[in-house]
Amino acid sequence: MPPHPEHPEHPGTSAPPARRTILSALTATVALLAAGQLPPAVSGAVAAETGATGWTVQTMEAFADTLIPGERRSSGDRAIAGAVTGPGAVQAGVIQTLTSPELPLAPLLPEIAALLNARALAYATLHLILLPPTLPSFVGLPFRHRTTLLGTLFDPGEPDRAIWQVLSLLTGLAFDSAAHLDTRQALDAHHPGLDWLDFPPPGADGLWRFPHYSYGKALATPHPATTPSGSPA
Amino acid sequence: MSAQTTDVLVIGSGFGGAIPAYYLAAGGARVTILERGPRLAADDFAHSLQLGTYNRIVDVVRGEGIAVVTGNCVGGGSVVYFAASLRAPAFVFERRGGTGRRIWPAALTRAALDPWYDRVEEALPVTRTDWSDVSYAGGILAAACRRTGHTCNPVPVAVDTDRCTNCNWMLSGCRFDAKRSMLLNYLPAAEAHGATIHPLHEVQSISPSPVSGHRYAVSYTVLDPDDYTCTATTGTIHAKVVVLAAGAVGTPVILQRSALLLGGIPAAVGRYFSGNGDRVSVADVNEDKVRTLLGLSRPDGVPYQGLPIGRPITAATYDYLDAEAPEYSRFSLQQIYFPSLTNVLAQAADPPHWFGIPARALRSRWKSWLTLLAMTEDDNEGTFSAVPPLTGSFTRLAPGLGLGTMTYRPTTRTRDGWRTADQALRGILERDGLAQVRPWSEDVAGAVTAHPLGSARMGDTAATSALTDTGELRGHQGLFITDGSAVPTSLTVNPSLTIAALAERAAPAITRRATQTGAEVRYGAPVPSP
Repeated sequence: MPPHPEHPEHPGTSAPPARRTILSALTATVALLAAGQLPPAVSGAVAAETGATGWTVQTMEAFADTLIPGERRSSGDRAIAGAVTGPGAVQAGVIQTLTSPELPLAPLLPEIAALLNARALAYATLHLILLPPTLPSFVGLPFRHRTTLLGTLFDPGEPDRAIWQVLSLLTGLAFDSAAHLDTRQALDAHHPGLDWLDFPPPGADGLWRFPHYSYGKALATPHPATTPSGSPA
Repeated sequence: MSAQTTDVLVIGSGFGGAIPAYYLAAGGARVTILERGPRLAADDFAHSLQLGTYNRIVDVVRGEGIAVVTGNCVGGGSVVYFAASLRAPAFVFERRGGTGRRIWPAALTRAALDPWYDRVEEALPVTRTDWSDVSYAGGILAAACRRTGHTCNPVPVAVDTDRCTNCNWMLSGCRFDAKRSMLLNYLPAAEAHGATIHPLHEVQSISPSPVSGHRYAVSYTVLDPDDYTCTATTGTIHAKVVVLAAGAVGTPVILQRSALLLGGIPAAVGRYFSGNGDRVSVADVNEDKVRTLLGLSRPDGVPYQGLPIGRPITAATYDYLDAEAPEYSRFSLQQIYFPSLTNVLAQAADPPHWFGIPARALRSRWKSWLTLLAMTEDDNEGTFSAVPPLTGSFTRLAPGLGLGTMTYRPTTRTRDGWRTADQALRGILERDGLAQVRPWSEDVAGAVTAHPLGSARMGDTAATSALTDTGELRGHQGLFITDGSAVPTSLTVNPSLTIAALAERAAPAITRRATQTGAEVRYGAPVPSP
């Protein structure tokens, strides 16, 4: 079954999605992409939703914003919770990374968003939280509840844990390495994540070199049982 | 069309493959090397963290409870590793683990391996470093060790320190040809003696050869350089002797896929998998206290902020490598750098630790982090599922990311070892508020290791080992395994030098077997000259 670009977890539109092993789907998608058999409508599903209002995009942004929070882009921003000032994963380009042509993930994002929103809906029901009907369920959760829910997704035994692990790694890559950009160009453009780390700049030729790298003096006594080559005995 | 044949077929071109390939080629054998990754050289190695650069040559293979970082290029792990070149302490070879008896073969002690370590150190070559080579980060560890009554050593490295620019991009391959990978010693020496290297050739299975005078038929697929999930063509090569060195994540899977074809494989294949007891921690260093407690500052007046500067491994303490201490309580503590790709694993002091506002705040002090690697005694508790993936050694999800079939659930003994190492680190680095230390979160990737070992290990007991002490697969003459999967236990140091020394030691036995099978080859070549 192809991934659904709409919002299938929305109350009234369909039942919550059956839990799927997205990693299996990922594998299948890789095979389809390799064979050139993926329907264009499916691979274009996320591309068609590129605006900040897209259901999938909002959900993935809210997920990433819970991992690495940033400030709201505008007063009407709902995907970003606005828990801090300064940049977060969304500003750092998490959507560009998740939809990178280097990764086979884009066609699966609607499914993954649906899975997260189903979890958010269940969480909200359990905690008697009223969700706005116009937003994806996860986006409708306040920041502290997003945080609590997200923490539980990584519990050992969570059936979809692997999906959230892969997404977390990619969110980290977007912020900490500007994964969708050449590092030098990202630094030139003041990529928010690399700037946040104060990532050192390269030399004029685009390569890194550190002529000053050492305190240059003996700072400890070596172990008495060290071999001539410097190994432990 | 006549069948493709060779005397010696080598699967994998890292330490375990390149070293036997050289000795067999230098001795006169026809040697063919199949490597699943691409062939790159210094100019190809990009200083960039963009997807599509480093992940052409590095894979993170995610299993259940463990993630493994492996090389995927000609030269294998030697191209992307951090070049720390240490001999395993003598007590490692005496380990008994949970078995109640010595795990390593009786023939293998540190003294027995020392002559082979000597050869590798000469060939790479390994540089014994001094304090002027130790990075700011290594300097912080050293000074903190001294302040708490511990010793600390500069770490020997397989690096030409005169060529090294201290750029800190070792995971991406060395742009300056300073890191002495297999691309600069054993592999070109093997090629000079006629060995041929075939990149992007991924071996799938090994079976008995129907070709007269040849023991094994090795089947491979040729991968598309732009998409490793695409297969261009397939082929088979018939060999008199096979050296399997596809890495500790690759080797057991190839054997499992070949099990029926080969008429069975030892039960220890795909068991006893170890992550070398690797345990990474991040210390959040207080810059002011670097100045006031350690009395250190850089030439520009900044006390530290040195995480991204210099070679990734420069200093370590051997104080906890005490042969008299109980097993599972011994470890080395090493300063190390990981590219910011791994920042998501770092934990802040406040919950939810690895994500949210505290983790973001921790990132703002990234240059003041000190990353540390404890290499402990684990319990070889990893296993590979008996069912291999359809092709390759894992299911490729994306460039640089794969789903492996291994499971690693740390035992109480392994966790006790980690806890002991954590306490030691805190004792060194947290005194008087110099730093706050926390291990990487296990939520995102389980245990993370760049040192996979033991998944087809050598030993004297058939029930708990797959290989004889020369690396030959039990019950399969002429099929040798010489990579990290042969190493029986975690090593408490970085494994590359030991893998290399064991491969050196296996070369005479491989040569003998090749001779018995009709190849004209003799052992005795000197180490390749640097």
